[in-house]
Amino acid sequence: MSSLLFATPAELTAWLAGLASGQRVLVPCQEGPSVVYRPRTAEQLSAAGVNALLRRSTSSPKQAVLPQCETLVAFKSVKDEQDPSKVTTTVENPCKAEPTVLFGCRPCDARGFVVLDRPYLHGPFKDPYYGARREATTIVTQACPSVFATCFCHWVGSHPADGEGSDILFTAVEGGFVLDILTEKGKALVEGAAFADGSDKAEAVAAAHKATAEALAPAPNLSEAAAKIAARFTDTAFWTRETVKCLSCGACTYLCPTCQCFTITDEGSQLNGRRLRSWDSCMTPLFTLETSGHNPRPDKSQRMRNRVSHKFSFYPERYDGFFSCVGCGRCVISCPVSLDIRHMVTAAMEGMEGKKPAEAPAAPAEKTAETPKAPADAPAAPKTPAKSKSKKR
Amino acid sequence: MSEHTCGCSKNPYLPEVATVLEVITESPTIKSFRVRFDNEEAWERFTYRPGQVGQLSVFGVGESTFVINTPPSCREYIQFSVMRAGEVTSAIHKLHPGDQVGVRAPLGNSFPCEQWKGKNIVFVGGGIGMAPIRTIMLHVMEHASDYGKLSLLYGAKSPEDMAYKADLPAWLESDVLHTTLTIDREAPNWPHRVGMIPTVLKELAPSPDNSIAVLCGPPIMIKFTLAAFRELGFKDENIVTTLERRMKCGIGICGRCNLGGKYVCLDGPVFTQAQLNELPPEM
Repeated sequence: MSSLLFATPAELTAWLAGLASGQRVLVPCQEGPSVVYRPRTAEQLSAAGVNALLRRSTSSPKQAVLPQCETLVAFKSVKDEQDPSKVTTTVENPCKAEPTVLFGCRPCDARGFVVLDRPYLHGPFKDPYYGARREATTIVTQACPSVFATCFCHWVGSHPADGEGSDILFTAVEGGFVLDILTEKGKALVEGAAFADGSDKAEAVAAAHKATAEALAPAPNLSEAAAKIAARFTDTAFWTRETVKCLSCGACTYLCPTCQCFTITDEGSQLNGRRLRSWDSCMTPLFTLETSGHNPRPDKSQRMRNRVSHKFSFYPERYDGFFSCVGCGRCVISCPVSLDIRHMVTAAMEGMEGKKPAEAPAAPAEKTAETPKAPADAPAAPKTPAKSKSKKR
Repeated sequence: MSEHTCGCSKNPYLPEVATVLEVITESPTIKSFRVRFDNEEAWERFTYRPGQVGQLSVFGVGESTFVINTPPSCREYIQFSVMRAGEVTSAIHKLHPGDQVGVRAPLGNSFPCEQWKGKNIVFVGGGIGMAPIRTIMLHVMEHASDYGKLSLLYGAKSPEDMAYKADLPAWLESDVLHTTLTIDREAPNWPHRVGMIPTVLKELAPSPDNSIAVLCGPPIMIKFTLAAFRELGFKDENIVTTLERRMKCGIGICGRCNLGGKYVCLDGPVFTQAQLNELPPEM
């Protein structure tokens, strides 16, 4: 289903304010140097200028569905009054999914939820917490009006006006916004809204989409990325070289719209406590550290290898070839040492093109046109540490 | 792959509350815990296949993954054997009969014992690695007429470190199982073998013909026992083992226990050596 509506900026914010009276409305908000998703009241929304709601967020909106920390299980033990030696323990799921409108996502962000759906909802076990919030959330996405130097959605099978994962996709045109209603959920959200018909604006929308798409540099062909990156796995020297600057801070994973990892920890006591789920990061050494002291990924190069391989090789292997990366570029922008996953992916592939052994071991190849600002292979990357690492088992 | 197909409304994170029925001190560091769900209806519904694991939790401390080491025919309780090593296992070791724990089970895949029918099976367990062997071995012994010759090689550091002491007489005297016990170094009054598992295995020299090898134990033991089985002529597709990784969710979502594109908690823990050869070398 797809139908077009037209809203002026004032109509759009009035509509949002109206929605906020019945549900949680999350919009991008400036907080210090960052733009983050926050719930806003009807008053705040009607007072806000529309431009304030159209900024791209610094962190991904995945927390709308997968909060950074949540209670999975609340437990309680009560003494039996007749037999005080006995306690009865009860466990319950305290999750209440609030009806939510997620406004102002970018297409990459909306697609991030589709990536998360595969492990969270389409595996043999379904995550009921994620599922309930996903069900209760309506996603209103803004087709990108412009591109950033770090954008690479078109590398991973998308484009700046992709509607995948969105319920409504809106595009800025002369005088306002054209809303493309993509799903039943989206239709329900605009029910009763006083928007004009927008079908006469289809051409303007197409032109806007085209202009943004054309601003992107050409994308490399990643159709063989999964196999080539898998083949790179044992090239310890490559991963060491690519990761030499990494601080293992985990910013890349926490800002990522598709990173799915979490930990489970207990808090309180058996008498009254909680089992929590919190985001975790495969970039920290504790992630895989076993009680015995054994760690399958003790070195940061092995952890980076896992992150890149998961997104471009392991996940596609598991889920019909789809990448677990939507090309939002947040890990690139926010990396404190300017590591660039685009560079790592293309460099990993470049060494695996079946060249003669003499040519094969690729030096960290300079990226070409696609990553004009990518400083990932600054001359700092020394070639020597590779040697000592290659002895690791 | 686990057979759980979640059309049901069951919340995979919500544990069943279970009561500890019995605690067995197996060795200075290993205890076995026999537990049963408090909810009788849930207990009646509960089934599992040999090799599947469970998340055992002490409320307020946390969860850890252990294999269910009773055979599925046991309807009175399920047993977990726990080596004291970290925070959760230390808390588990403090449990007494009557205490309540959380159990999320069954999780993971199981031993493909249907495919082993008509074949000889050589079980090799090292230390706490005897736990997964126990469940599949007892299951196969219950259906011994379906299988060929069954044998067990069980090794531990010392006689004290050998778990399942209560089971050993029956295993040694069994008509359907040929049992060999070994310890690493000489000890007083030890009537069985002395020597490392791979060495003893080579002395026993089981035939690879129509045979399956099932081995579980610490990584170093696996490494050399695998080499010994290969030396004896066992093919990698007939060598079966279980993997361990740090786990949290146990249902293939939290992203922690992956080996390449496989999750040990969901696609494992049971793998043939041939399957492991296809996965990235990241043990």
